[in-house]
Amino acid sequence: MSVTDTPAAVARHEIKTVTTDLSLNDHLDHFLARFACNRMGHKVTPGLYAVGLPADDSPVFVTANYTLSFDALRKNLSNLNCYILVLDTKGVNVWCAAGEGTFGTDELVRRVEAASLYDLVNHKKLILPQLGAPGIVAHEVKKRTGFKVLYGPVRACDIAEYMKTGTATEEMRRVRFPFYDRLILTPVELVLVLPYVFIVAAVLYFVAGPVPAFSAVAAVLAGAFLTPVLLPLIPFRDFSAKGFFVGVLVAVPFALLALLADCCSHLWVKIGWATAYLLLIPAVSAFLALNFTGSTTFTSMSGVKREIFKYTRVMAYMFGTGLLLMIFLIVSGAFLR
Amino acid sequence: MSDIVTHEDNTLVYRPDDCVNCGMCIEVCPHAVFAPGERVVNVVRHSSCMECGACVMNCPTTALAVEAGVGCAEALIWQAIKGGDAPACCGPSVKGETCC
Repeated sequence: MSVTDTPAAVARHEIKTVTTDLSLNDHLDHFLARFACNRMGHKVTPGLYAVGLPADDSPVFVTANYTLSFDALRKNLSNLNCYILVLDTKGVNVWCAAGEGTFGTDELVRRVEAASLYDLVNHKKLILPQLGAPGIVAHEVKKRTGFKVLYGPVRACDIAEYMKTGTATEEMRRVRFPFYDRLILTPVELVLVLPYVFIVAAVLYFVAGPVPAFSAVAAVLAGAFLTPVLLPLIPFRDFSAKGFFVGVLVAVPFALLALLADCCSHLWVKIGWATAYLLLIPAVSAFLALNFTGSTTFTSMSGVKREIFKYTRVMAYMFGTGLLLMIFLIVSGAFLR
Repeated sequence: MSDIVTHEDNTLVYRPDDCVNCGMCIEVCPHAVFAPGERVVNVVRHSSCMECGACVMNCPTTALAVEAGVGCAEALIWQAIKGGDAPACCGPSVKGETCC
């Protein structure tokens, strides 16, 4: 992040200035954040920042102190002279911080007072991201600070248009979850489980061969990559059902490979391995797909609770049975040769 | 007196009699659950509510109620295992950090 001392009139308030250009370091930080490296370390120092040369009538934007949130905002403020008030959300994004309450009324009031906004601007307006609304009581902010909370658009890329018209259209107010947004969320899901999967795959490789080893990786890719990426194309509403569906599609080739293996194995061995694949891969895929609910902005708590009660028992039975079957096949030396 | 509006898909409750038609719920809802009405706001996409609680927080009256929380399976499973209040965001991950 490019932070410099400002030469403007705001200097007496010791306000740092930030540019709207993202540096190579910023992009590297974003990349690392996307891959869950130093997960809670992507922070901006909370407080007030100046963009350009703000005057006393310049708008004040509010955001979280997560670098991805802060940078998404500032890169969309080019050609604007304004302030950014950064709340201390412990390095968590606006949406999650609003849910946790750190992007909240008390913190906002505290930051407004700490930054002496009353002295700095001649208006009483704060522009907040719409997705911060679950943590903010706008009428209480007004009562306690005199500042009116204006909710800007969901996406920072719409800020320029919002500033031109002074209003967010219905389209700007709707949260979307397009292909690219789903795709960039998958590395975090994968990075957290892949180390364990590689251990399982390595063990399977040595005790059962390359195909069972690859099936472990395929199961994870089905639930943590394919299901999120193809989400709207997969039938069923529940994430678990979507994960089961993709898991079965991925498991079928493994099952066919086992059944059609050109070898001297007994038929029961072939059927055993095929059954194990058909039980294990969909169970793992469904569980990972269920976990992806936390990455979206359209699953409700009561809906996810219903889904957990409805599917996790089935997943557990399938996984347990499949695992026991695979262990039995391995221990009894019943490999596909 | 208008009926209280509920839906089987979620916990959002709307009491039209308490609505002052300020439009804040329309402004903050990311799923266009609400739409402007002549006298009060209308609930037009009730099943799309994902219980974020933004409308309730910003409603100046008691027209809206919801059991707010995040639809995150990981957080809810952690809560079931470890107990405690409803989680706001994901529970501890495998690295012992919080999500996001």
